[in-house]
Amino acid sequence: MRFQKTAILAIAASAASFSAQADELTLCWAAWDPANALVEMSKDFEAQSGIEMNFEFTPWPNFADRILNELNSGGKLCDLLIGDSQWLGGSAENQHYVKLNDFFDAEGISMDNFAGAAVEAYSTWPKGTPNYWALPAMGDANGWFYRKDWFSRPELQAEFKEKAGRDLAAPTTWDELIETSKFFNDREIDGNKVFGSAIFTERASEGITMGATSAMYPYGFKYENTPGKYDMDGAVNSPEAIAGLEAYKELYKCCQPPGYTDSYMGEGLDAFKSGQVAMAMNWFAFFPGLVKDENVGGDKIGFFVNPSQNVEGSTLGGQGISVVSYTDNMEGALDYIKWFAQPETQAKWWSLGGYAVHNDVLNDPSFKDSQPFAADFLVAMNQVKDFWQEPAYAQLLLAMQKRLHDYIVADQGTAEEALNLLIEDWTEVFEDEGVL
Amino acid sequence: MPNNPPSILDRSADKAAALTPARMSRSIKGLSDRAVAWWFIAPTIILLLAINIFPLIWAVKLSFTNYRANRLNAEVKDVGLRNYERILTDPDIWQAMQATAHFVFWTILLQTLIGFALAYLIDRKFRGHAFWTTVILIPMMLSPAVVGNFWRFLYQPQIGLFNYIVTFFTGAEPSSFQMLGSVDLAPWAIVIVDTWMWTPYVMLICLAGLRSIPDYIYEAAEVDRASNWRRFWSITLPMALPFIMLAVLFRGIENFKMFDMVMLLTGGGPGSTTEVASITLKREAFEKWRTGYSSAFAIILFVAVFGLANIYVKALNRVKQR
Repeated sequence: MRFQKTAILAIAASAASFSAQADELTLCWAAWDPANALVEMSKDFEAQSGIEMNFEFTPWPNFADRILNELNSGGKLCDLLIGDSQWLGGSAENQHYVKLNDFFDAEGISMDNFAGAAVEAYSTWPKGTPNYWALPAMGDANGWFYRKDWFSRPELQAEFKEKAGRDLAAPTTWDELIETSKFFNDREIDGNKVFGSAIFTERASEGITMGATSAMYPYGFKYENTPGKYDMDGAVNSPEAIAGLEAYKELYKCCQPPGYTDSYMGEGLDAFKSGQVAMAMNWFAFFPGLVKDENVGGDKIGFFVNPSQNVEGSTLGGQGISVVSYTDNMEGALDYIKWFAQPETQAKWWSLGGYAVHNDVLNDPSFKDSQPFAADFLVAMNQVKDFWQEPAYAQLLLAMQKRLHDYIVADQGTAEEALNLLIEDWTEVFEDEGVL
Repeated sequence: MPNNPPSILDRSADKAAALTPARMSRSIKGLSDRAVAWWFIAPTIILLLAINIFPLIWAVKLSFTNYRANRLNAEVKDVGLRNYERILTDPDIWQAMQATAHFVFWTILLQTLIGFALAYLIDRKFRGHAFWTTVILIPMMLSPAVVGNFWRFLYQPQIGLFNYIVTFFTGAEPSSFQMLGSVDLAPWAIVIVDTWMWTPYVMLICLAGLRSIPDYIYEAAEVDRASNWRRFWSITLPMALPFIMLAVLFRGIENFKMFDMVMLLTGGGPGSTTEVASITLKREAFEKWRTGYSSAFAIILFVAVFGLANIYVKALNRVKQR
């Protein structure tokens, strides 16, 4: 009798636990400013659906390691995942993500309602095909910000005009960027020694690649001569690509604050917020927080899109939101995607600091004036270029990290040698993958 | 002859035997001493096989394939010795081995010299020596992750204490050199931190060696009017040598697989200057997910460490037998 009672209680307890599990969702993302906005916004979803939202945010340097390990082991930690665009190929091929085409059709969610570049970057695999593995969640690109208050000082303006023969203003080309950085570098402002620019040099994950490609794309760097053919010789090591890489190294050598040999988002923000640099590169995602900063925000800060050189180009950031195929709450996860795709949700997302790429938000006449960086964001999203999204992207990325850091920070070899070695590395990867 | 009363042990054994259920007692009675011994050590053997030997054999098997742990559905092909061939002909792997060799050689040399010198001083038993022993031991009690992080701050060119101390002695501008960002200085930066952290460990082992030398040997030497120098070379060093060699063995094995502290300090950079073998292995295995390739690399490292350690242990035994 006692055994029977215990068994009944155990069954009831596990049923209750299952029911609780079914009413919960865990969303995984990186730990950064927009994630806080998403937590706030998701309260609306909780109220509407009765599903409790949990969040698992991992700091950026460990984000890829942690989440890709979770996916590769078939883990059930995440029901929903806002994952990097480069993960799409591997996650689609290895069936970590749920293909969303049928769901979009059934719910009337059209990808035509989102910015084309964002859909291609964050949702499709193979690239350019209408196979959707994610809903564009967070548009992002690498952009720049500068000390507007320093740029507007009459004595500096006069000195710069005399030296450069043009007004001291936000740079529009990489030549101007380097020139302006040199102008500010080693200068004393308000009693403090300041430096030109804070740029990405991080070695371990993706930092230096994201930074250097921001110089290489505008000079004309391409991954292939013919898209989809993996014919890299002449594209990756083209004279334009070499010039772009040399420009990045020049900027690093002349104007990076001392000790910033392994710096990424956090270090760049610190350098700017502590008044060490005149300009800094970083992802648009951080810009709302910078505007609100008490010391360097408000009227003291200005923004500009990644400067062009031979062509226009910005390094793509941002992510799409996907349903993890190992979830126990598929229905709830799809409900969240449906809610997130609604125009009113997207509008609120933008108002809270998230970068919505829904056309209703972007095409709103008031959008450009809604934030001091909104117009630049629109420009950037129309000129974004992304890294390889192949299933072997991690190998390709780590190879580029090594070659670029060797050349830029460790001063080994020339830009041409670095890019030739990179082609060798990538060729080996593609041969292993069976595409070459 | 009077009967001896049963000892407490006998009485306990009788009591335990009486309490043993009859069925179990019958099965135990049929076992030899050897079989009972095997029963006792079986759990340990099984655990050892499961967590050490099986993974090793499995890694050997994987090292001949193109297996990737992140692609469970992909076809696994036998590639023969291709992984080994690629590793042994890869200049980047050799660069990592060079970085490892530099790190292991210099850390062991410095730790042995400083560790033995400290042990020699502490062994003098001066006033407060117990307090200073505790103070010296503090670094080795810290987590390598904590050490890596705070030395990163100490090495910061603009605000780091290390650069200011160098400035105090040399007069150079603090931000004129970068310990972690310079190709020339970074390999020494990690050597300094490891030496700071693990010299106390070497000191502790050497101290045990010095304290194990019987006083009467020194007394006999004193009677023979041997000089301090002579006593050091003829008694102290030879008798402490097995302990020093043991410390070198432990530190050598530890530093050959050094990962956490170097990863936190430099991440293997600048470029690949401080990318020691374990960082390369981690990147291959858990970032690039080349499981077959990284298994082959792990086997090569295992054979190298195992082979060197074996040669060293033989030398150590010879020294002990002298």
